[in-house]
Amino acid sequence: MSEYKKWKKFMNGVYLMNIEVVLKEEENFLKAFIGGEIDVLTAPILREKLTSVQLKEGMHAELNLSDVSYMDSTGLGVIVAFFKNINAKNGHVKLTGLSARLKRLFDITGLGEIMDIETDVKVEKNYETI
Amino acid sequence: MPQKIEWQYKEILRQYLMSQTEENLYAGQNLSRQLIKKNIAPEEVISIHKGALENMFPELPMNVWNSFDLLIEMMIRYGLALSEHQNLIQQQEEMNIEIDLAANVQSTLLKTTVPKVNGLEIGLITVPARKMNGDYIYFLSDNINNAGVAVADVIGKGIPAALCMSMIKYGMDSLQDATTDPKRVLDIINRIVEKSVNNDMFISMFYGRYNVKESIFTFASAGHEPALFYNANKDDFTELHTKGLLLGVVPNVTYKQNDVKMENGDFVVMMTDGVTECRTEDGFIEQEIIISLIHSVRFEPAQTIVDTVYKELEKMQNFELRDDFTLVIFKKVI
Repeated sequence: MSEYKKWKKFMNGVYLMNIEVVLKEEENFLKAFIGGEIDVLTAPILREKLTSVQLKEGMHAELNLSDVSYMDSTGLGVIVAFFKNINAKNGHVKLTGLSARLKRLFDITGLGEIMDIETDVKVEKNYETI
Repeated sequence: MPQKIEWQYKEILRQYLMSQTEENLYAGQNLSRQLIKKNIAPEEVISIHKGALENMFPELPMNVWNSFDLLIEMMIRYGLALSEHQNLIQQQEEMNIEIDLAANVQSTLLKTTVPKVNGLEIGLITVPARKMNGDYIYFLSDNINNAGVAVADVIGKGIPAALCMSMIKYGMDSLQDATTDPKRVLDIINRIVEKSVNNDMFISMFYGRYNVKESIFTFASAGHEPALFYNANKDDFTELHTKGLLLGVVPNVTYKQNDVKMENGDFVVMMTDGVTECRTEDGFIEQEIIISLIHSVRFEPAQTIVDTVYKELEKMQNFELRDDFTLVIFKKVI
């Protein structure tokens, strides 16, 4: 591999890390707005944010994924882990704003059956532009 | 040896001071390369320079000599950084060797034999994105009447995924019986996996079994990409859907299974998301493209089909695999 190609690959790694996670906690409610790409590179950032949440008994969490343009199985892993942790505390997780591609991912994996998922119609429009 | 270097350096310096040519500079460059190879630290190079100057121009003012001592002190950290760097390179080499060994162990451990049954052609290709493969294929067959295949994809890539896989292997080994129903296979493996993995780890798996007497393909899926079924008579593709949760998420899952009758020329394409999530710079390679690729070689033997699809998709992605790639085809022939 040429020096230039190596450099380009490295820079790609740096600049493709686009993920945004905003958490809002209020008593027993947690709202998380997640945007960008959740893949091998960015999933650890999401995991760190979600594990920073103080888990309470019977907590209600809502993950808004309307600005997520791509998610791979590593991202799915982070969300499953969060789901399991909240469930262990008798809490509830709801996923909202899933694009058609994300919805398919949750359907294929069977996770759509055990998780509370709300698809946002408005998001479909958004998805077209990606 | 150091004396020889001192002498060489002094000679190069003398030449350069006499005439400041590119050639003389280049001689210096070459020497520095040798010095690095011999692990000579930067502060030592400055000492050599100082020594050479003392020898050639002993009358220089004291301030100049003193300034060299500061410069030497300044360079010590750089010397340490250099030796650290060399240590890291050595460690990296050692690790690479270990990973190579592990990859070897993996391929021996996970070896599986392609079954041979009447009237069925099997094509298989599995290529890891890195050294260790996170995709796993296991054949379970009596080599007479039943040929079963498990196609599994462990979340993530590399070493953790590879370790996780031996679990599936031993689970499958314990089954023995090639007539076991696909839904039961997934149930058993799920119980094993659920007990032994972390919260954020899971596996998707497809299990398909072809029965020679009935020409029936029975399948079940644990959160895996649906397989494609090619109907030669209608000349079209359909997805083989069954509902089922990923392995390792909850302990008690009831898996469903479906079956499809296979006629001559029909085939089933089983794959991992390395195939369906091929990304190029312009985005995903859509399923239609993969289907039309397979369609264009539908009359070829099963192995030729999988090889061709892999080669074409690899080309589209500029020969850089982002994910492990696995494709299995069961094709009914006379």
